[in-house]
Amino acid sequence: MIAIIDYGVGNLKSVYKALNNLGLQAVIATTNQEIHNSAAVILPGVGAFKDAIIQLSDSGLIKGLTKSVAAGKPVLGICLGMQLLFDKSFEDGEFQGLGFLKGEIHRFEEGLKVPHMGWNHLKKNIDDPIGRGLTDEEYVYFVHSYYLKTCQPKDVVYWCNYGTDFPAIVRRDNIIGMQFHPEKSGKTGIQLLKNFGEMIG
Amino acid sequence: MLTKRIIPCLDVNQGRVVKGKKFENLTDVDDPVKLAKYYSAEGADELVFYDITASNDGRNIFLNVVEQTAEEVNIPFTVGGGIRGIQDFHAVLRAGADKVSVNSAAVLKPEIIMEAALKYGRQCVVLSIDAKKNQQGQWTVYINGGRLDTKLDALTWAIKGESLGAGEIVVNSIDTDGIKDGYETELTRAISDAVTIPVVASGGAGKKEDFLKVLTEGRADAALAASVFHYGEIKICDLKDYLASNGLPVRRVE
Repeated sequence: MIAIIDYGVGNLKSVYKALNNLGLQAVIATTNQEIHNSAAVILPGVGAFKDAIIQLSDSGLIKGLTKSVAAGKPVLGICLGMQLLFDKSFEDGEFQGLGFLKGEIHRFEEGLKVPHMGWNHLKKNIDDPIGRGLTDEEYVYFVHSYYLKTCQPKDVVYWCNYGTDFPAIVRRDNIIGMQFHPEKSGKTGIQLLKNFGEMIG
Repeated sequence: MLTKRIIPCLDVNQGRVVKGKKFENLTDVDDPVKLAKYYSAEGADELVFYDITASNDGRNIFLNVVEQTAEEVNIPFTVGGGIRGIQDFHAVLRAGADKVSVNSAAVLKPEIIMEAALKYGRQCVVLSIDAKKNQQGQWTVYINGGRLDTKLDALTWAIKGESLGAGEIVVNSIDTDGIKDGYETELTRAISDAVTIPVVASGGAGKKEDFLKVLTEGRADAALAASVFHYGEIKICDLKDYLASNGLPVRRVE
């Protein structure tokens, strides 16, 4: 069972359906018990960092998420959900994230159209099972105005380029982040979710 | 590199896809969910559904179409048509849409853009602008399906829409819509240069060259079209081969 954390933001249904179509059982989790009972966790997210971190705190589900990280369960943050996994974000101020991974979220530089919206190319940095089955010509769907600017380069599985190189997929042990939307990225995204499902021991 | 997007647009009436010329003379085309799946497999980068039905019954049929599409298609899609307030944003997003496109309602009540952007994020608020050139050579904004001239300057409105929180702008030229003689490149470019959010060109695609022109000279980030795709005059995969051979970054599927 994969718990998709529901803290009141975003369209969780498409992630849920994509997992179901792969034969992976999922639950839209609103309690720590549901997270506790699951073998893996997905943290989705759209909108602004500040609102998301407040809503996540208010939901009380950080506890279940933190326990899952510590227990070594596969944890996947999608889009803003990935950004929340890091130390801090500079979106409309300066806000603390969950701090599971080291790094900061900054806005794309001036002169670029923001949001970075559309299909962009994944550039492999390191071989990792999360990228199994992907070719060198894979595109995924991004929609975001902020990106992971400082991080540990060895955590970067795939880069993307928009004005600058930025991490598209990161991984540190059991924690994975995808800056794009795998559930909206056609066959490539489905393959990535399948690979995530296969991390469940 | 960020690719240029090709977006088929499906006008849905009573649960069926229809197509007209200059917003009139509607003819039945196909089942929307079937078409959505077909376009997705052919390499469409996104889909747009416009609900052109007026009745409540029609609206419910339409939401069913959105739900079924969300279930079977895993590329992003936008829903527009008949969006009057925040409750409509809620309904279509809950049915599975990724973005919501507002047109007339935003002109009449601009704060709807800000309200929706704050609640659901800028990325899901698309400002759709129907524009027509007047005798003085100025583009003005039309509402109510192209029937009413608001006299509002299209460029000014686009800039205001961005500042209110729109995440993307669709530029639809009423003069070129359904005529298949090319997009309104000049207007698209003017708007694209004036804002810092992505711009989608709409209205007038007839041949592959039209797409190339609006995506280069028109500086559009994406191009939307309906009839050339619905009637099979242009296949999306062929169009992308053509654009790629002309040096444009595009995403191709096997």
